[in-house]
Amino acid sequence: MILDGKCPTGPIEQTWDKHRFDLKLVNPANKRKYNVIVVGTGLAGGAAAASLGELGYNVQAFCYQDSPRRAHSIAAQGGINAAKNYPNDGDSIYRLFYDTIKGGDFRAREADVWRLSQVSNNIIDQCVAQGVPFARDYAGYLDNRSFGGAQVSRTFYARGQTGQQLLLGAYSALSRQIKLGTVKMYNRREMLDLVVVDGVAKGITVRNLLTGELESYAADAVCLATGGYVNVFYLSTNAMGCSVTANWKAHKKGAFFANPCYTQIHPTCIPQAGDYQSKLTLMSESLRNDGRCWVPKRKEDCGKHPNEVPEEDRDYYLERKYPSFGNLAPRDIASRAAKEQCDDGRGVGPGGRGVYLDFATSIKRVGADTIKERYGNLFEMYEKITDEDGYKRPMRMYPAPHYSMGGLWVDYNLMSNIPGLFVLGEANFSVHGANRLGASALMQGLADGYFVIPYTIGGYLAGVKPGVVKTDNPEFKKSADEVDAYNNKLLDINGNKTVFEFMRELGGLMWENCGMARTKESLELNLKKIPALREEFWKNVKVSGKGADLNQQLENAGRTADFLEFAELMCRDAYHRNESCGGHFRSEYQDEGEAQRDDVNYCYVGAWEYKGDKKEPELHKEPLKFDNVHLAVRSYK
Amino acid sequence: MSDHKTMTLTLIVWRQKGPKDPGKFETYTAKGITEHHSFLEMLDCVNEDLIYAGKEPIVFDHDCREGICGMCSQVINGAAHGGQDRTTVCQLHMRKFKDGDTIYIEPWRARAFPIIKDLIVDRSALDTIVQAGAYVSCHTGGVPDGNAILIPKPAADEAMDAAECVGCGACVAGCPNGAAMLFTGAKVSQFAVIPQGQAEAATRVKDLVDAMTSCGFGNCTNHYECQVACPKGINVKFIARMNREFIKAQFA
Ligand SMILES: Cc1cc2nc3c(=O)[nH]c(=O)nc-3n(C[C@H](O)[C@H](O)[C@H](O)COP(=O)(O)OP(=O)(O)OC[C@H]3O[C@@H](n4cnc5c(N)ncnc54)[C@H](O)[C@@H]3O)c2cc1C
Ligand code: SF4
Ligand code: FES
Repeated sequence: MILDGKCPTGPIEQTWDKHRFDLKLVNPANKRKYNVIVVGTGLAGGAAAASLGELGYNVQAFCYQDSPRRAHSIAAQGGINAAKNYPNDGDSIYRLFYDTIKGGDFRAREADVWRLSQVSNNIIDQCVAQGVPFARDYAGYLDNRSFGGAQVSRTFYARGQTGQQLLLGAYSALSRQIKLGTVKMYNRREMLDLVVVDGVAKGITVRNLLTGELESYAADAVCLATGGYVNVFYLSTNAMGCSVTANWKAHKKGAFFANPCYTQIHPTCIPQAGDYQSKLTLMSESLRNDGRCWVPKRKEDCGKHPNEVPEEDRDYYLERKYPSFGNLAPRDIASRAAKEQCDDGRGVGPGGRGVYLDFATSIKRVGADTIKERYGNLFEMYEKITDEDGYKRPMRMYPAPHYSMGGLWVDYNLMSNIPGLFVLGEANFSVHGANRLGASALMQGLADGYFVIPYTIGGYLAGVKPGVVKTDNPEFKKSADEVDAYNNKLLDINGNKTVFEFMRELGGLMWENCGMARTKESLELNLKKIPALREEFWKNVKVSGKGADLNQQLENAGRTADFLEFAELMCRDAYHRNESCGGHFRSEYQDEGEAQRDDVNYCYVGAWEYKGDKKEPELHKEPLKFDNVHLAVRSYK
Repeated sequence: MSDHKTMTLTLIVWRQKGPKDPGKFETYTAKGITEHHSFLEMLDCVNEDLIYAGKEPIVFDHDCREGICGMCSQVINGAAHGGQDRTTVCQLHMRKFKDGDTIYIEPWRARAFPIIKDLIVDRSALDTIVQAGAYVSCHTGGVPDGNAILIPKPAADEAMDAAECVGCGACVAGCPNGAAMLFTGAKVSQFAVIPQGQAEAATRVKDLVDAMTSCGFGNCTNHYECQVACPKGINVKFIARMNREFIKAQFA
């Protein structure tokens, strides 16, 4: 099947305005008759729930943490992009649009990216109005910094805690609606199934994580804003609870999964210290504004104290390879370059898996105090984890899984192929193509939540009679019974290996064979090994405790079971895509280390349809057309 | 991968099956721990051993494991978050302990935070305080340009200092009265120091203080243990600020 993204046509600058005008509206008096479920209250879901509640819809919102304020959006450090052009350095909506399309290696839809760039400016205004404490200069104006993949300074930030401050803004707007009664918030709930009635999304089944009870909720539309899936690598920069579960359950109910192989490996994370490790910690890309990446030129120097390696014996490899972007080369490129140096035997630290990020030059130029003001909390975090002082000795960094560009397929209205199911934020696939530029995920989450879904959901609901399906519909009981049986099955296995062991093993397979570089052979290996591991899991996993109780082992077991299924799809997608683009690097397709796209055969979105257990999924294609940018080899040299 | 010496530790951990269970301390041994383990990774190891032994693992709240989500919450040897300056439990590393140490691990204890299970408590009272008015009542859309509201850098910085709070509740757990003054003071101050917060300043402080009282948080008797416990370095000056705002609001 050829998929249609339903993108508006005509001059790109007018697409969103024209589309907004063409969308049907729901009469204000009727809005309260519509129930909308929002699963996930990070930036995307929190902003959506607050905005939809404010418009007058009856919103039910869900998250698995004990408060919406804790969604993983909170961990974003560096900043959020917008095309304000406050520094007068040549930015524009068109440039942000162009940078994002190019950064994504020409694998995203033009119309979606244009809209994102257009509303980026509204986001900053909105957040300022909410009281988000963005960094300011002494005259009281908003300050900007630079991020990778751009030659203008368009990133707004709040110390090293931009995600936290933006999330607190969305959370405060959400709290206001909760108080007003337009949003009912359900904390500590995990969505374990999507309820589809006659082909239309009408509700969800959730597990109350405190009591273990299964609960059903019905609505006229369901929005998933449940974040990304890079915990499929086990060790990643994501929070421990991040999972593919909500997306995967929806996929098994018919929603297409688009481009699952596009995953982002972030170049600057603190290297792994041991096998017991539970997560990797990111050091914001903003550090590359002032930090210079290097490794020793000679292998013999790798064991030396970095300050004893003289200037002329250092290889500032990013500056060497990409003179025009230097240390601010985009993430996929910077990550591969770091791996390349380590593979060449010139890595530093334990196992030779690390490169230096050095601030000495900047400290000499602007002083340690300025560096501290810019990144103080990051240096503190680095010291807590490694016991090393980044002001005195270069930090050690290594790439780590960080972000998923792939996600559920959505059309221009953010609606999946299941009518009534909308997908927002990192959970959808829409705007980042094969690689996301720094400071663009926060922008996308808030764009989707504040400025896109409030319009597009109306266009859908205007054609739906409200409140027709309630939880007494038999589909709800059927779904709850299935979830219950599934959980009991997990509890009954009582094997010999813990959930963590399986997750570590799966993560290892994915990192080795479907990580920063992939080959036909490595993927074939995974396509054999993953089903075998899954089979072993269902025979030999040990999940302690009961279903009707707070049971973190059961929660993890369910998430792991979904990752074990999803991982196979991810490898299959990587296997089918015989090209390299952005974060998807197939070693066979390269030109001296640079990704080699194949626009003739692969300039499309690959969306997979679930066909049942042990059946091959079916690939659907949405061709990508570029009318406003020229398809070019992406060069940062 | 790591060639470091390992430690063996004795853990004395609060176990409580549910809200109504009286709960008790249990003793466990943590083996093979290196100085690079984080405190929660040490607990992961203990839990793996418990699972192998067919026992129920210890449950505790955690998510980001990088000191920002505010989910982790444990009292370690009597100190909320373990007593290391500006550090959450998840950021605490085992190099702060030595081989053979005995470590007491308990949940937050405060009237407004009922225990749910083991080390997990119910902190929804903090959300209730925020819902009472810790926001600017602006609508989505229809707001002025970001640079139309100039905010002097010192004010922006002070708002940011207050906004660093991660809502973990350590200040409450650390306070002998179970007061939430530091949390609430930080919320009130974040908005009190910037222009956007002015229109609702008087009602905000009154509503937040009311919510704080009705949620069962205690009174402040100036012990300042909250500031010691706070992993984000929230300063007690924000409590004074809230008190001033409260008095001002009486005349508003
Ligand atoms: C360490 C780090 C630093 C980053 N820095 C930046 C940056 O500087 N700039 C930038 O633009 N981006 C950054 N990013 C990326 C960005 O933070 C995320 O992509 C973005 O915040 C995702 O927002 P979201 O709302 O889509 O999802 P999330 O914030 O992950 O929210 C997911 C929500 O879904 C809920 N949920 C998930 N599954 C379920 C389920 N089954 N049932 C119920 N609820 C569920 C969760 O409770 C949560 O509320 C960073 C990411 C990381 C990890
Ligand atoms: S004030 Fe400090 S201790 Fe209290 S909730 Fe906020 S961060 Fe936690
Ligand atoms: S787990 Fe997030 S702050 Fe500790």
